[in-house]
Amino acid sequence: MPSIKSPDELEAFRKNVLSNRDPSKPSITLCSGTACHATGSKEVAAAFEQELEQQGMKTDINFRKTGCHGFCEKGPIVIIDPEEICYLQVTPKDVPDIIGQTIKEKKVLDHLLYTDAITGEKTALESEIPFYKHQQRNVFGPNRRIDPRSIEDYIAIGGFQALPKALLEMAPDEIIAEVKAANLRGRGGGGFPAGQKWEFARNAPGEQKYVVVNCDEGDPGAYMDRSLMEGNPFVVLEGLLIGAYAIGASEGYFYVRQEYPLARKNLDIAIGQVEELGLLGKNILGSGFDFNVHVHRGAGAFVCGEETALLMSLEGRAGEPKSRPPYPAIKGLWGKPTNINNVETWANVPLIINEGAGALTSIGTENSKGTKIFSLVGKINNTGLVEVPMGITLEDIIYKIGGGIPGGKKFKAVQTGGPSGGCIPENMLDLKVGFDELSKAGSMMGSGGMIVMDEDTCMVDIARYFIDFLTDESCGKCVPCREGLRQMHKILTRITEGNGKEGDIERLQEIAETAREASLCALGKTSANPFLSTFHYFKDEYEAHIKEKRCPALSCKELISFYIDPDKCAACMICIKKCPVDAIDGAKKKIHIIDQAECTNCGTCFDVCPSKFDAVVKFSGVPVPPPISEEARMISKKSK
Amino acid sequence: MDIDRIDQIIEKHEGAASSLIQVLLDIQSENHWLPKAALKQVSEKLQVPLLQVQHVATFYKTFSLVPKGRHEVNICMGTACHVRGAGRVLDKVEELTGIKPGETDLDLKFSLETVNCVGCCALGPVMDINGKTHGKISPTKTEKLLKSYE
Repeated sequence: MPSIKSPDELEAFRKNVLSNRDPSKPSITLCSGTACHATGSKEVAAAFEQELEQQGMKTDINFRKTGCHGFCEKGPIVIIDPEEICYLQVTPKDVPDIIGQTIKEKKVLDHLLYTDAITGEKTALESEIPFYKHQQRNVFGPNRRIDPRSIEDYIAIGGFQALPKALLEMAPDEIIAEVKAANLRGRGGGGFPAGQKWEFARNAPGEQKYVVVNCDEGDPGAYMDRSLMEGNPFVVLEGLLIGAYAIGASEGYFYVRQEYPLARKNLDIAIGQVEELGLLGKNILGSGFDFNVHVHRGAGAFVCGEETALLMSLEGRAGEPKSRPPYPAIKGLWGKPTNINNVETWANVPLIINEGAGALTSIGTENSKGTKIFSLVGKINNTGLVEVPMGITLEDIIYKIGGGIPGGKKFKAVQTGGPSGGCIPENMLDLKVGFDELSKAGSMMGSGGMIVMDEDTCMVDIARYFIDFLTDESCGKCVPCREGLRQMHKILTRITEGNGKEGDIERLQEIAETAREASLCALGKTSANPFLSTFHYFKDEYEAHIKEKRCPALSCKELISFYIDPDKCAACMICIKKCPVDAIDGAKKKIHIIDQAECTNCGTCFDVCPSKFDAVVKFSGVPVPPPISEEARMISKKSK
Repeated sequence: MDIDRIDQIIEKHEGAASSLIQVLLDIQSENHWLPKAALKQVSEKLQVPLLQVQHVATFYKTFSLVPKGRHEVNICMGTACHVRGAGRVLDKVEELTGIKPGETDLDLKFSLETVNCVGCCALGPVMDINGKTHGKISPTKTEKLLKSYE
């Protein structure tokens, strides 16, 4: 790789890369993100490499392992270009056919195509699959076009075009003005305007300034930052370089969560390549701007996503938040002005510089511009990462892109914003997605987790779950958060176990109020949100638990009983064999009965009872019918 | 873990006090736990008070101050896995191994931890054993899986 010293040399290098590529050459792209790894993409990759070698086709085909494409439900995903044929759930066994038939004979393999769950219709083209069709992949799209370990791939698709423009054609103030005009708001949770934050740091007195990439993505059920970092670390680096120049920072840090080893590995490789090319270091592109980056691994603490805690961790200390002001923009890392943005925010920057503020402002609602990546997970048919224009309705995300709820179940709520967010009920599905819109509904944008819940999900249990999560993750520094969470957890657990008392709700509300008023950081201030939002929309479920000792979703273990319907039981013995506590009595041709005193409500019988019988039922809040007589249990006597 | 190796790790990070977390992470990943002697050595070399080293070592979840089992079982308790039944998988693992999250069995065979989201939500519930992710785990599958580890 050459060492590039000017924009002209960079363009010459780009031309050289492109001249060695033939866009009409067939190419095979395989998704190799973390989720696809878990479903076997490594094995598929090995099979492709072996098959191409054996067929002597290694030089005729571009085989590329990319980062996450987003459609994790159907991974591993293979795309054949230039036709854009998309194959889903590919196994090593399919590889010889893909090469033999699709590549050589141009025949499409029907059984690997996307099949509509309702109509049974097959779709061959990636862009026609409903999951992709309704998205707008401005930031996430390049993931599927580049090998994250190849800077040449990034340059070939137009990467590092914004950098020379920013460094040599724009003054720092102009860059900040452009980012402000684009109304780029922080994608990590707070939604604070990035341009304004940059301006504070730029205007703060001091020679040494820092910029930080927050990749401590801790919200459970959110993994868009990891996928960007794994799939396209270059775009984040390019955004960071531009921001550093605008702010006047010469050092940058990536703070990457410990749980994301592949993201760290790909980032390290990317930094090495960018350095080698001369786009990091001294006098970048001849502009006189010097910049270096360091990678810091997190060690497992949710609170480190909070910016003051993150800075403590960067300094090698326990990640306990500090009170603000002073804000990091004035007094941050080692007391110097520091600007922190999350991965997705930085990744938006090259787009703004390349295409102008209009790239964002042409899309979205009044105060939320551009696109946002969400991780659509939970009880949803098409789990995955989706990038949508701000202002799209929740309904379109869940039904048009997500394909609705599996198993014909009924939608109950969607949880957004991570532990500090809230649950939005069915009658608000027409809500437009945006920072202020979600906050008004009692939830928040957060980093973009979107967890879909169906009728089987208990909302009191969800509140307890998040409070449990936060109790565990509270750093313990301030009392309202540490003790408040512990008490809320105690009360909510009591309610889900059927021991809720009169006055519990009032006590929860009181603690919630105190935590909001008196906690030090955002984690503490919002720590009661899981309770507040579920209580606001699902008050009846709380009352059923407390007053009737009933769990309407039939989910809370202590409040349900399992019962075998004698009219449906075929005495097949499956549940008897599987019951871990031997609580089921019966024999061949003798209808099975659960001994309620022995049963631990583990639900194994419910799961294993064959669907053609569906004999095991759940009860809550009502007594289980008494067992039928011994004679009636003999199946031969019945007309079955 | 011998002291020379610890010194090597510290040297790799240029011995700066701010590299404390990075040094401990390297020791943890090689040795699977942080013995007291290691903490003392780190404290001396980095010139960070032992109290502060212990504060960091107990604050972050990745670090363990007790030995770990041969197989590290991490059950994902992220929201997506939770609504898909991760709690019941955890119940099953607790029943089979006889240990609770944060514990290691007496034979030093299994260590059990819960983690918050490994980002494989499409595969939930997810269990990670020794770094390998197993998706769509059910209580029945759990039994088979754990039995395959010696």
